[in-house]
Amino acid sequence: MTNNTVPFAIELRDISKRFGAVQANKDICLQVPAGTIHGIIGENGAGKSTLMSIIYGFYEADTGFIEVDGKRVDIRSSQDAIDAGIGMVHQHFMLVENFSVLENVVLGAEGGALLKGGLTAARVELQRLAKEYSLDIDVDAIVEELPVGLQQRVEILKALYRGARILILDEPTGVLTPQEADHLFRILKSLKEQGVTVLLITHKLREIMASTDNVSVMRQGEMVAHRETQHTNTQELAELMVGKKVRLTVNKDEAQPSDVFLSAKNLTQFDSQGVKRLKEVSLELRAGEILGIAGVSGNGQSELLNVLSGITPMSEGEIQFAGQTITAKAPKDAAQMRDLKMAHVPEDRHKMGLVTGFEAYEAAVLGYHNSASYNGKILMDHKAMLEECKVRMADWDVRPPNPHLKTANFSGGNQQKIVIAREVEQNPDVLLIGQPTRGVDIGAIENIHEQIVKLRDSGKAILLVSVELDEIMALSDRIIVMFDGAVVGELDAKDADERTLGLMMANAYNKEEQGVSA
Amino acid sequence: MFETLILMLDATMRVSTPLIFAALAGLYSERAGIVDIGLEGKILGSAFAAAAGAAIFGSAWIGLCFGIMASISLAMIHGFACITHRGDHIVSGVAINTIVAGLTVTLSMDWFGMGGQTPTLSGDARFLSITLPFADALADVPVIGLIYSELLSGHNILVYLAFAMVPMTFWVVYKTRFGLRLRAVGENPHAVDTAGISVAFIRYRALIVCGILCGLAGAYLSTAHNAGFLKDMSAGKGYMALAALIFGKWRPVPVLFACLLFGFLDAVAVRMQGVVLPGIGEVPVQAIEVLPYVLTVLLLAGFIGKAVGPKAIGRPYVKERA
Repeated sequence: MTNNTVPFAIELRDISKRFGAVQANKDICLQVPAGTIHGIIGENGAGKSTLMSIIYGFYEADTGFIEVDGKRVDIRSSQDAIDAGIGMVHQHFMLVENFSVLENVVLGAEGGALLKGGLTAARVELQRLAKEYSLDIDVDAIVEELPVGLQQRVEILKALYRGARILILDEPTGVLTPQEADHLFRILKSLKEQGVTVLLITHKLREIMASTDNVSVMRQGEMVAHRETQHTNTQELAELMVGKKVRLTVNKDEAQPSDVFLSAKNLTQFDSQGVKRLKEVSLELRAGEILGIAGVSGNGQSELLNVLSGITPMSEGEIQFAGQTITAKAPKDAAQMRDLKMAHVPEDRHKMGLVTGFEAYEAAVLGYHNSASYNGKILMDHKAMLEECKVRMADWDVRPPNPHLKTANFSGGNQQKIVIAREVEQNPDVLLIGQPTRGVDIGAIENIHEQIVKLRDSGKAILLVSVELDEIMALSDRIIVMFDGAVVGELDAKDADERTLGLMMANAYNKEEQGVSA
Repeated sequence: MFETLILMLDATMRVSTPLIFAALAGLYSERAGIVDIGLEGKILGSAFAAAAGAAIFGSAWIGLCFGIMASISLAMIHGFACITHRGDHIVSGVAINTIVAGLTVTLSMDWFGMGGQTPTLSGDARFLSITLPFADALADVPVIGLIYSELLSGHNILVYLAFAMVPMTFWVVYKTRFGLRLRAVGENPHAVDTAGISVAFIRYRALIVCGILCGLAGAYLSTAHNAGFLKDMSAGKGYMALAALIFGKWRPVPVLFACLLFGFLDAVAVRMQGVVLPGIGEVPVQAIEVLPYVLTVLLLAGFIGKAVGPKAIGRPYVKERA
């Protein structure tokens, strides 16, 4: 396909962008041949999203310019990008949820002051696109009633309907099951066959290897390498991303599970709308093991964490923990659970784990702020808090080691270390930990994983909730899969493979695979 | 009995008219994501400007133009605060209400020196009743005659306009490009922005429409329903329109019925003044007047269906990237 006489579908020349003190993009050059799938990989904060925002007209570059099909284009707004034939599928879908698929597709490209004509034309055009790219969809369905995989399809259709010849996908598989992701990649292949150029932004190496023709690696705002996918491998790309050797697996010995620390029976929870979010979940958590909860985000894992930690009361069922029986009639709140030596690292550190306006040493005692070690007779003992925070920052390699810095100003990985250190250093019997490495750099991931394994080896029980299958498989000793609020499978980590887990996560393990790919 | 009912419905139409204008005004604003607690202030401001204009130029139509311009200006101030400067919608709305309440009285004392009122309007300076064709001829036909000549005929042009605005709004909101973008911008402005459309421009346009409709509501109060401006003459109609908007779940036709229901309750309240009901005694007028608000609270508490407003309402749009 690549021919030097044919201009590149898109070419970036020396793009730089600075936000205050942060150099988000520095002298970025990129050449993407037409009709290829080009991966852009890098850690969180490497500048991938900023770069794509520049291409799509959200931001204007400070210097540099963009060429499309060999012609220089001036992209100052999303409209300019659309006019240049660039379409984008955002990580968080840009859809109006209570609109139909058809209305979402025509929004901004209505083709006249009255809707009727535009909608009729769009219906015909969508049928043609659906046939051409095998993107079947019910155009009259309301978007919020569609599964995420199909919502993403609406986004792709939106771009194609506007005549996009260059399609940018930003972290497209974050919300998909492995089967939905496979389907997406099949769609991308057929788009490529039709001559569409695809830019795929991701931090998942496996996807790059499986689907792209070329790959570019970004690190700290710079483009550090370009490779042909067939002449590289996961290890090399990972090294380029972080700039040093990394292990993608966790070193750990066989688990030595002993006493049952926590057992839950038939936990059920209804939300305020009366929807059953948690359906008769039973589980046992033993000392010295890591129990992984796998599942696509939003299938009851968050509710399970909240009920176990006492944040939301259960509706039915019971928990046996530390010699106590906790039921809906005899509940315990989060503080009481803490006193029973249960620690909780919430899934969302910004919403639940930290007060981002607090200084690090204040955030480091949240939840334990009444403990005697932080209090004098009347006032809080700030000196003791500061001292302890300094020690922890050194132990956990929090950077910068400044207890007076506001938590909002730490990077994601360092914020997470502050939260995990706070919980682990209280020496809990049971640690509930949700998405421990979401938005965390690879270097910090390794560190956090090591600490979790260390805690397990000291005889504690750990319940790990993560939507990253790699993480679940690397850390867990036993894996439970949740779907639609219920436990749909349990297996030993040794027997787990991605395909089995993926099928379980889509609740299709016992069914034929054909029912899954829709 | 039938005649009483017709008379009460006739009163309902007259009382509902400003509510319909204002509630539809709120509909455009809130569907675009801008909370408009300032309906009240816009109505009052327009009522004053319309009455003053009509008094000076002797024409209700010129008064109406002044009323609409005053109301649009207030809407633009709200837009400048909420859209351009991402201010708090409630604070801006309350500020407008407060300023207008004081400013109208102050200006009218200065200009007219009549203790905060405008001169009494008469003749062309007011919108007068229109008698529909054959109304007099049909007046004596039983049932139909009463309905046609009492209920339907004999209102001023603004009453008919208010009712015509309902299908008009329905058409605009659901059948036009502007309507689609309006609804989208109140639900998910990011989707609109990424589709290459300016969020601010749509919101400003929605506020202009809102200003025009509030202007009509205010002009109706001072130059059609009454004959001049009185201090605080909007008397909470803006808030009641907001209640009707929520009660009608931000949809044009249900909003019309909510306005009619609230208007009817108002007409009942007037009728019940001093009437002693057998077994109950005299019902205080306030007990009926409070019903629209009680009903709205019950609705919001989830006893009567569910009121789900536009999702992005009240939140300033900030172009942000994770």
